[in-house]
Amino acid sequence: MKRLTKNTLTYAVSITAAMTAASAFSATQITVATVNNGHMIEMQKLTPEFEKANPGIKVKWVTLEEGVLRQNVTQDIANKSGLYDVMTIGMYEAPIWGERGWLQAVDTSGSYDAKDILPSIRGGLSYKGTMYAAPFYGESSMVMYRKDLVKAAGMEINDRDSWEHIRDVAAAVNNPEKGIYGICLRGKAGWGDNMAFMTAMANSFGARWFDENWKPQLETAEWKNAVNFYVDLLNKYGPPGASSNSFNENLALFNEGKCGMWIDATIAASFVTDPKQSKVADKVGFAQSPYAVTEKGANWLWSWALGIPAATKNADAAQKFVRWATSKEYIQLVGEKNGWAAVPTGTRASTYANPEFQKAAVFADAELKAINSADPTDSTLKPSPYVGVQFAAIPEFQAIGTTTGQMISGALSGSMTVDQALKSANTSADRQMRQAGYY
Amino acid sequence: MTLNQQRKLKTILTGLFAWTVALVLFFPIFWMFITSFKTELQAISVPPSLFFEPTLDNFRIVQERSDYIHHAWNSVVTSFGSTIIALVIAIPAAYSMAFFPGKRTKDILLWMLSTKMLPAVGVLVPIYILCRDYGLLDSKTALVIIFTLMNLPIIVWMLFSYFKDLPKEILEAARMDGATPWDEVVKVVLPLSVGAISSTALLSIVLCWNEAFWSLNLTASDAAPLTAMIASYSSPEGLFWAKLSAASTLACAPIVIFGWFCQKQLVQGLTFGAVK
Repeated sequence: MKRLTKNTLTYAVSITAAMTAASAFSATQITVATVNNGHMIEMQKLTPEFEKANPGIKVKWVTLEEGVLRQNVTQDIANKSGLYDVMTIGMYEAPIWGERGWLQAVDTSGSYDAKDILPSIRGGLSYKGTMYAAPFYGESSMVMYRKDLVKAAGMEINDRDSWEHIRDVAAAVNNPEKGIYGICLRGKAGWGDNMAFMTAMANSFGARWFDENWKPQLETAEWKNAVNFYVDLLNKYGPPGASSNSFNENLALFNEGKCGMWIDATIAASFVTDPKQSKVADKVGFAQSPYAVTEKGANWLWSWALGIPAATKNADAAQKFVRWATSKEYIQLVGEKNGWAAVPTGTRASTYANPEFQKAAVFADAELKAINSADPTDSTLKPSPYVGVQFAAIPEFQAIGTTTGQMISGALSGSMTVDQALKSANTSADRQMRQAGYY
Repeated sequence: MTLNQQRKLKTILTGLFAWTVALVLFFPIFWMFITSFKTELQAISVPPSLFFEPTLDNFRIVQERSDYIHHAWNSVVTSFGSTIIALVIAIPAAYSMAFFPGKRTKDILLWMLSTKMLPAVGVLVPIYILCRDYGLLDSKTALVIIFTLMNLPIIVWMLFSYFKDLPKEILEAARMDGATPWDEVVKVVLPLSVGAISSTALLSIVLCWNEAFWSLNLTASDAAPLTAMIASYSSPEGLFWAKLSAASTLACAPIVIFGWFCQKQLVQGLTFGAVK
């Protein structure tokens, strides 16, 4: 018995000593919260390369649905919980959270080459000149169209056509009997769904969300013209049930060959030209977004970026990871491993200057042009007090944008008129801005 | 029509109705199952295809990307753990309310049920902050506590309605033989209620297994159960239905198989209440 006790004690002491030693040399673990899309999943697969280069750091991934991610990271950052060390956020959150001190500034020193980041993207992720999130990929919006159908209809699509011309092309291509609809656009309610598209379209009609005194402007003639045009266009030449379609639904329709045109995020270009996903991969053309009275704000600007919460306990490791994932070297790594058509785009000038990328990505020029032409600090014809092309970077916008999106979606499905929809949306926005103390 | 024919017709109609209801209920699961064997393009094609060349690619991708065993283990620990704790609390509670009802027993029961009427999101912030302060974020302990509290009212109600139908005379006879309250519960009430307790436990396990709101809000990676794994396959930009269906099929499989084995208890439990 005594011997047994002695042995047990020896083992226990040895194990404890081994565990202590192991923990002394154990790696720093960082938790990265992200959304599920192709580029992010690719980054997860390439993480071992980062861990190999940084032996002291282990990366743990948490992939969440976009809405859940927004809710979770907001909860985490506002309550300083420290659950995540790196979080995937958008261009909407970065300046707002940066201003509140919820995010650490991105370390852009040394070899990071922040000047290589496209100026509009860098500007959109910064507050007072400090970048609070590093862009992983960026996007604007553009027209994707079926070259074969447009040609067969005897029409043409060029960069920056007018909305009237786009309507004429939609009418010419529209052939519901054969299951082909002239144009597919977002109709599903949400500030990041139909309102991303609608705001860019309204910008080109000369509209703005707020005047210089933060008064909502949704009942102005510009908004009415834009929304009437949109509702009329989609009801006449769009697919049935358009009010429940967003990016993924339209992507499915386009890839099935059911849309003559689709105006949406430039990131879609890599999906619609991929023969594994698309039945019309070799028939797609690209053009800059249409305009009505101004080109200002006619195409949106968005970036999924990596931010570091102020409450993280592993700031150094998190900075290292963010710098790696958004570096030129990472893009090079993806290009070499997965091919240049698969690299995350819309972030760095050097990507577009790369001849291998130019050769692999037929959409490269159109995408760069669209991103460069979007300016979040000057996106409306009349002066406006907010930053953002397809959103206003203020905390109240999510609620205001989603309410307005619901009204416009209602007008599209015919449950109310455009005037009623905009009146209700304006009243609601006015109440929220008043409650928030803007006036 | 003779009485016999009428009876036959009634049986056929009842059977037809039952089959229709069963098929309608089962259809989404069936669709999810076959979608998991399609390619992403087949998954979104309109009209949907019933006949296609099946692929196991989606399951391979899910296996590669997610640590299924880790998520499944978290689901098992949280759902079984919370159900056991809830039963340990609910059995004596239901026993005392069924056999020794007080003036306020009915009010207490109604109050317990009323807690189920409060939307979970209403208490999200205080619970989140409590978990943060006690270091319970992303821990299985937090989920076990929440799930226990979430299902306790239902378990107490189900056991209470069964216990109150047990003949009091049996307990009186036991008392005459010198049984203590502990003996009454352990040696008389529990053996008589095995069916009811098993079906209550099964229902609680299923409810915990399928719970997503708290799992998504209180966990990140270490304690994330299968519901969190499924949610990670929804994508804002890109096609995901086939992969999501594969993840859902894998998440549903253990509880469906478990339910199949416990079918007898479940049916018995759902129809319980009759005097033994």
